[in-house]
Amino acid sequence: MIRYSLHRALSLILSLLVASVVIFTVIEVIPGDTAAFMLGVNARPDTIAALRAELGLDQGGFARYLTWVTGMLQGDFGQSYTYRTPVAELIADRIWVSLPLALYALFLAVVIAFPAGLYAASRRGRLGDISVMGATQIGVAIPNFWFAMLMVLVFAIHLRWVSAGGFPGWDQGLGAGIKALTLPAISLALPQAAILTRVLRSSLLDMLGEDFMRTARAKGLSRRQSLWRHALRNALIPVLTIIGLQFAFLIAGGIVIEQVFFLPGLGRLIFQAISARDLIVVESVVMLLVFLIIVVNFIIDIAYAAIDPRLRARA
Amino acid sequence: MSLLAVDNLSLQINDTDILHDVSFAVQPREIVALTGESGSGKSITALSVMGLLPQGTVVSGQVQFDGQSLLDLPEPAFCRLRGNDIAMVFQEPMTALNPVQTIGAQVAEAIRIHQRITRRAAWTHAAKTLDRVGLPNAQFPLNTYPHQLSGGQRQRVVIAIAIAMRPKLLIADEPTTALDVTTQATVLALLKDLVADFDMGLLIITHDLAVVRQFADQIVVMQKGQVVEAGPTEVVFDQMRHPYTRSLFAASQHQVDLPAPPKPAPLLSVKDVTRIYKRPAQTLFGKATAFTAVQDVSFELHKGERVGLVGESGCGKSTLTRAILGLDATQSGEITLGGLPVFSGNAPQHSVQRKMQVVFQDPYGSFNPRHKVARLIAEPLYLSDNPPQGAVRAELIAQTLQDVGLTPEDAEKYIHEFSGGQRQRIAIARALISEPELIIFDEAVSALDVSVRAQILDLLADLCRKRPLAYLFISHDLSVVRSVTDRVLVMQAGKIMEQGQTETVFQDPKHPYTKALLDAAPRLDSPV
Amino acid sequence: MKKTLWIGLGLTLLFLLAAAVSLLWTPFDIESLDIRNKLRPPDAQNWLGTDHFGRDILSMVMSGARTSIAVALVAVGIGMGLGVPLGLWAAARRGAWLDEMIMRGNDLIFAFPSLVIAILITAVFGASAVNAIIAIGIFNIPVFARLSRSAALSLWQRDFILAARTCGKSAFRISYEHILPNMINLLIVQGTIQFSLGILAEAALSYIGLGAQPPVASWGRMLADAQTLVSIAPHVALAPGMAIVLMVLGLNLLGDGLRDWLDPKLRVTRA
Repeated sequence: MIRYSLHRALSLILSLLVASVVIFTVIEVIPGDTAAFMLGVNARPDTIAALRAELGLDQGGFARYLTWVTGMLQGDFGQSYTYRTPVAELIADRIWVSLPLALYALFLAVVIAFPAGLYAASRRGRLGDISVMGATQIGVAIPNFWFAMLMVLVFAIHLRWVSAGGFPGWDQGLGAGIKALTLPAISLALPQAAILTRVLRSSLLDMLGEDFMRTARAKGLSRRQSLWRHALRNALIPVLTIIGLQFAFLIAGGIVIEQVFFLPGLGRLIFQAISARDLIVVESVVMLLVFLIIVVNFIIDIAYAAIDPRLRARA
Repeated sequence: MSLLAVDNLSLQINDTDILHDVSFAVQPREIVALTGESGSGKSITALSVMGLLPQGTVVSGQVQFDGQSLLDLPEPAFCRLRGNDIAMVFQEPMTALNPVQTIGAQVAEAIRIHQRITRRAAWTHAAKTLDRVGLPNAQFPLNTYPHQLSGGQRQRVVIAIAIAMRPKLLIADEPTTALDVTTQATVLALLKDLVADFDMGLLIITHDLAVVRQFADQIVVMQKGQVVEAGPTEVVFDQMRHPYTRSLFAASQHQVDLPAPPKPAPLLSVKDVTRIYKRPAQTLFGKATAFTAVQDVSFELHKGERVGLVGESGCGKSTLTRAILGLDATQSGEITLGGLPVFSGNAPQHSVQRKMQVVFQDPYGSFNPRHKVARLIAEPLYLSDNPPQGAVRAELIAQTLQDVGLTPEDAEKYIHEFSGGQRQRIAIARALISEPELIIFDEAVSALDVSVRAQILDLLADLCRKRPLAYLFISHDLSVVRSVTDRVLVMQAGKIMEQGQTETVFQDPKHPYTKALLDAAPRLDSPV
Repeated sequence: MKKTLWIGLGLTLLFLLAAAVSLLWTPFDIESLDIRNKLRPPDAQNWLGTDHFGRDILSMVMSGARTSIAVALVAVGIGMGLGVPLGLWAAARRGAWLDEMIMRGNDLIFAFPSLVIAILITAVFGASAVNAIIAIGIFNIPVFARLSRSAALSLWQRDFILAARTCGKSAFRISYEHILPNMINLLIVQGTIQFSLGILAEAALSYIGLGAQPPVASWGRMLADAQTLVSIAPHVALAPGMAIVLMVLGLNLLGDGLRDWLDPKLRVTRA
């Protein structure tokens, strides 16, 4: 188990390193003169020179990369050119919207998908199964941002239960924050819940065909008992893989949903930065998103080993 | 009153007749064997006693267990019966256990669903049960996972789950088919012991007549869903009233008529071959360990000679086969065919590979399902420097198909249109087409029913009478090896323990391992 | 379950047809503005109503289908074209460092969702439909690489591959002669699923302004335009949204139907 975890941790660090090189290359090497790019065609040569100095562009690429990475390790993400504030501060303000949104949505997706998947698998081929599967077929097909717009139309504009968007800030109380994130989280979660339900159901049904399920029935377990005690844990292995992938989609999807609800999250920051050509902000926010995704997948890898003893034995 | 009485049991699945008027009975302390070839309905009979039939099954007749009728028993009552009074052991021990639960948990669960006892008491009972089936706690703690055990050990866990509640009836569906001969013998002995100890009735399902003869008190022979003959084992074997029983018995004992081998002239030479696999380390700072699959193996195979290679699973026969076929490099040693190395530099030699072909065990996995038979069997022609084209090629394919007992028209069919026996014929045709000097048979008849197997063995004898062919016949089945080989090699743990003329080795084994193997193999002729 | 296949095929063909027809003809010209007729609800003339510039929404939806289908199709093509050979190559060298490198590379791409790739590309090159294609295409590579590697790995274990090896065939030759033909079904089904995911991704990218730019019609951008109007003219948001749902639903049903028809045991991933 320790060996397995260390192995995974090593691969985590390697992934982060390669990811940072890729991001750095795209943002700081491919555009050529980053300073000239950021300032646009009408910039005066001396302004460009000033920005070059500020960004440290006179140093070599590798030295700049090192400065960037070591800075990030110490929590220094550089200075935003347009905001004139440290990028770390910009991020700190906004990550407390984006991360809770993604986790909230993941939580909802799991809470919806598990009962639905178990229910459908236990009533295979019957009306309950067919209706759940029909619903997931629709759920998979709905774009989350459109679903969000419809919910705004119904719950905010017609019923006036919630406001159409915006975020009061966590200092207004936990309840207010959660309330503001609920519609966005639901619209993010439902399509993912539909996918997860389908995966869980088919994974469970695969397990029903396994020999050990017959052994369980021969012991005297009822169909339902054998599903719960023997199929579920084995079925979780493929389900976990999907949950890991889904987190990436929730993080990315969150950026889109923030646009619908006017949430002051990382998505908003990144679009403002793109239109202002503030590459330093884009670079750091993208690195942060990728970091979150890689770390969550590391946690998933460790969870595999907790579920499957065969993995623990292997390196 | 019988413990189990099956009367006129008939059964249809999705309107296909599976069983027709099946009747037999099992008494306490009695071992009843259900036997027959694949498709005879033996397994489905067992599943109907367990109440575990697939959906869409229509049953009629009577199944009485201990005075109560099982066919109309409601499911909750059946759940209380299963694992408690009737238990079952399955064929495939590798997959019959839940891979993510410890063996202790799986045995204890079988106890706790039927008995209201504490977790602790259940685990104590589980430990005792595992000990009873030959898995003592000191060596096999309760927190062992299935993947840490061998096939035979896993089958013991499955048996422990089945007998934990001391059932009155145990059903065992091909319980030893997936196991090695020596393991088979110990598992059968355990089952016999448990029957006497617990006053159980045992219904064993097996295709192996030798197992039946040595093991069962009563025998029920089934064919195509019907019971054709039943009675005490000795009586049935003595009288064999039904022609099917006679043909089954004859096929099981089938001896082929091999031509005498030509004068020894070297063909395949294996010299000091060693193959080592790396295994990942098991502990945090442990080093990767090496596993020697084949160690210093040497033997010769002459032109036109039939040599058997016998050994249990994991003994290194597959590794050796791959090395001979030039599919894997070896660490040391030399393998030559007709004086040329099979593997030189980094790749196998085409000119050498051409003289050697192989027939695999699984008639279903040996062919690309997307190609027609003509293309399938012509594949080895790729090895020749100027492969025949057009009409010559078609003629060669037709001729080869006829040589193995098929028709030229079969060339235009796909593989799924053929039965298992026919597929092995096609596999032999593929091996013959490039006119090799050596054919390697890797468990080539192990997956076949006895009657089909006898026909294929006859075909092999026939072919080597007509062509200058040498065979390397790899098998775990001693009786088959005995009937089709001139010489035999016995392999254990990567080494060749004994080699010699087949009859000499079988009648007067020198090495203790060979003796153990021969003793463990159940025999048709002499009941214990 | 043949019904699934037919419904899916019907819906998919309907949109393909609409996209094809829009190349030659749409009910109205979508580039001419008619402000006097803006935001008209559906009627006999404009079957799906008009938008805030008075453009005919049906015509916009038809043209938008073209963009969606083109982007998703090319992206799936990129994913298959690069991913399948990579997966086959990795499987042929199973266990070796090359296999390890290819698979680690794939894992890494999974940490870059299409949207993140699109953000990176757009930040440097500006927004366009081509960016959307590249972003979605790159993300499709590991999907197909993983799928074909695992399918190829299990095929490499089969005896008929061993037989081909004893016939002296190279790994490359075996890969295209034996391995590839035996995973075509799987690729077709997964390709359909990725196509539908591509439609969704294209819509999301256009919605946030990282995809197709005006005057190219696109469902996602129609929805972005509709967002502020949704309370006064809900129909402008309904039509493109329903178009996406029906197209994606059609492709998914087609994929499921194909799988049931070709081989119910096929394992495809959907994420």
